[in-house]
Amino acid sequence: MPGTETKHKVRDVNVRMLRGGSGPPLLFLHGANGLPVWLPVFELLAKQFEVIVPEHPGFGTSDNPAWLRNIGDLAMYYLDFLDEFGPHEIHVVGQSLGGWAAAEAAVRNCSRIKTLSLLGPAGIRIKGMLSGDNFIWSPEEAVRNLYHNQDIPDQILAMQPTDEQADILLNNRFATAKFGWEPRWYNPSLERWLHRISVPTLIMWGKEDKLFPSAYAARWGERIAGSRVEIVPECGHVPAVEKPEITAKEIICLYAGTR
Amino acid sequence: MQFTFFHLMPYRPLDMAERHKHPTSWVMLPNKLYDPKKGADEYQSYIDQLVYAEKLGFDVIAVNEHHQTAYGIMPAPNLIAATLIARTTKAKIAIIGRALPLVNNPLNIAEEFAMLDNLSRGRLITGFVRGIGAEYHSTGINPSFSHERYQEAHDLIVQAWTKPGPTSFEGEHFNVRYVNIWPRPYQTPHPQIWIPSMGSSETVKWAAAPERKYPFLVTFSGRELVARYLNVYRDQAKQYGYEASPDQVGWASPVYVADTDERARKEAREGIESLFNDFLAIPFQMLLPPGYMSLPSMKNTMRMRKALGAQRRLTMEELMENGTVVVGSPKTVRDQLAKLRDETRAGKLVTMLQFGTLSDELTKRNMETFASEVMPHLR
Repeated sequence: MPGTETKHKVRDVNVRMLRGGSGPPLLFLHGANGLPVWLPVFELLAKQFEVIVPEHPGFGTSDNPAWLRNIGDLAMYYLDFLDEFGPHEIHVVGQSLGGWAAAEAAVRNCSRIKTLSLLGPAGIRIKGMLSGDNFIWSPEEAVRNLYHNQDIPDQILAMQPTDEQADILLNNRFATAKFGWEPRWYNPSLERWLHRISVPTLIMWGKEDKLFPSAYAARWGERIAGSRVEIVPECGHVPAVEKPEITAKEIICLYAGTR
Repeated sequence: MQFTFFHLMPYRPLDMAERHKHPTSWVMLPNKLYDPKKGADEYQSYIDQLVYAEKLGFDVIAVNEHHQTAYGIMPAPNLIAATLIARTTKAKIAIIGRALPLVNNPLNIAEEFAMLDNLSRGRLITGFVRGIGAEYHSTGINPSFSHERYQEAHDLIVQAWTKPGPTSFEGEHFNVRYVNIWPRPYQTPHPQIWIPSMGSSETVKWAAAPERKYPFLVTFSGRELVARYLNVYRDQAKQYGYEASPDQVGWASPVYVADTDERARKEAREGIESLFNDFLAIPFQMLLPPGYMSLPSMKNTMRMRKALGAQRRLTMEELMENGTVVVGSPKTVRDQLAKLRDETRAGKLVTMLQFGTLSDELTKRNMETFASEVMPHLR
């Protein structure tokens, strides 16, 4: 059953949002490519959770508030989002840029977060281990380099985006550059505060990630006490798309450990 | 008409076979391909050409700034300007321009320009640009804030030049507690600021504002675009309640002149085609990083590109056809330049008489023929 698209308002900002399933709430924060379609991984998670997938402010057709200038602003937005969502504790999952925003929110305040799952998150830098430069990749490379299984980019590249879709892609690219251009994909002070993340945490990384090397996973694991690091073989930067079964299984497993 | 001799200083000895193993001459072209001995010769030739332009009667000799590219080996144009000041006496020296958003302390630009203005006893003309998109890759500066940084840097520099210091500057990107430059500029209130641009209506509007009246130069554009943007400037000036003077508008163009059309085409072809295809060609994601252009302008550009299809090598004929370059006999060149001048009432022409791989010998001949057969007729 596909998720339904709604509008969601936090303070003065309206965003697009997908939601589906029932159970405890799970907030999925998307990556730089924007709000995805209702993915198989959401379907799997929807059997256990109410899955909530907002489109970040500045992306797609969501509002683009003038105050949104850096990753800290996006993190604070999601703390507002969690506060206004109701009395629940929420399971938070973040992919890449979304993982960065989730970690930035969590180091500030974990009180509304039940578990945290970071899938190939941006946000820290290990000297000598350069990330890929998705801003200089050609449009084709930018799709191909995200996946290990090249059937996925073959399918994506075969589709001709409509003008409306092309505009959304461009909005996403503009929004992404604000957060990730400089310094490239990290916040110099995030790593030293990761110890403040005090909820059960999963770090998941595609072994063949060409954007952020999978060696980063161990560093995240060291910095967040009690976290579990899962390296997914034959998988690129987006485990949620490339390996939905493993991704859903691990997130559900993390949740099961809290019951 | 005021005539400017402008130089980009391309690295002509570039091994083109090696160059085309890479997508572009910008950002990541291995600098192994730069030979310092040949490069030193290039600097010497190019500085000699700029100095010679004064002797030939050009009013202004001009340079500009580019980073990490064979397209132009002038990352620090002020160094060249300092040499030109020492070797000339009456020509204006123009740096058109410095890329304001790419620096972290725009006060350095204010200071260096003020020094050059003093050293030349008021012969300095400055230019303010944003840098080409590729330079946001080569410097790391976030293109999302390119426009904001440009505005702030401009405000800070003009403040440093005009307000008795110490003052302070409070911006989003630049904050300076003590703005109090030594030396102050030689010219009052400050050296002229020219705005070279590929054309964008926001920039035209801003440059034409009565508190600025900055001379606006359309660069690397066909004659229709030149006419369109210069007329936008004039219309904008009218809306502000004044008539733009010819001094306020101009355009920049590669020009090649020889005794016959046929000879001019033959001699100019390699230089022109290398300029556009070997030196200037830049993949889209490097040319227009996100934020470099406003979102609406970018959306239009994307649609146009989709309609145009894949990029291919440009020929000199195409570039001549739309007027991006002017190549021909003295009469052909005079007629074409005069026509555009009359249509736009432009008072400034910025000539590129060396372009791409054009040799020293042909450049010298081109400069001399232009100065004797074209310039006097258009003055």
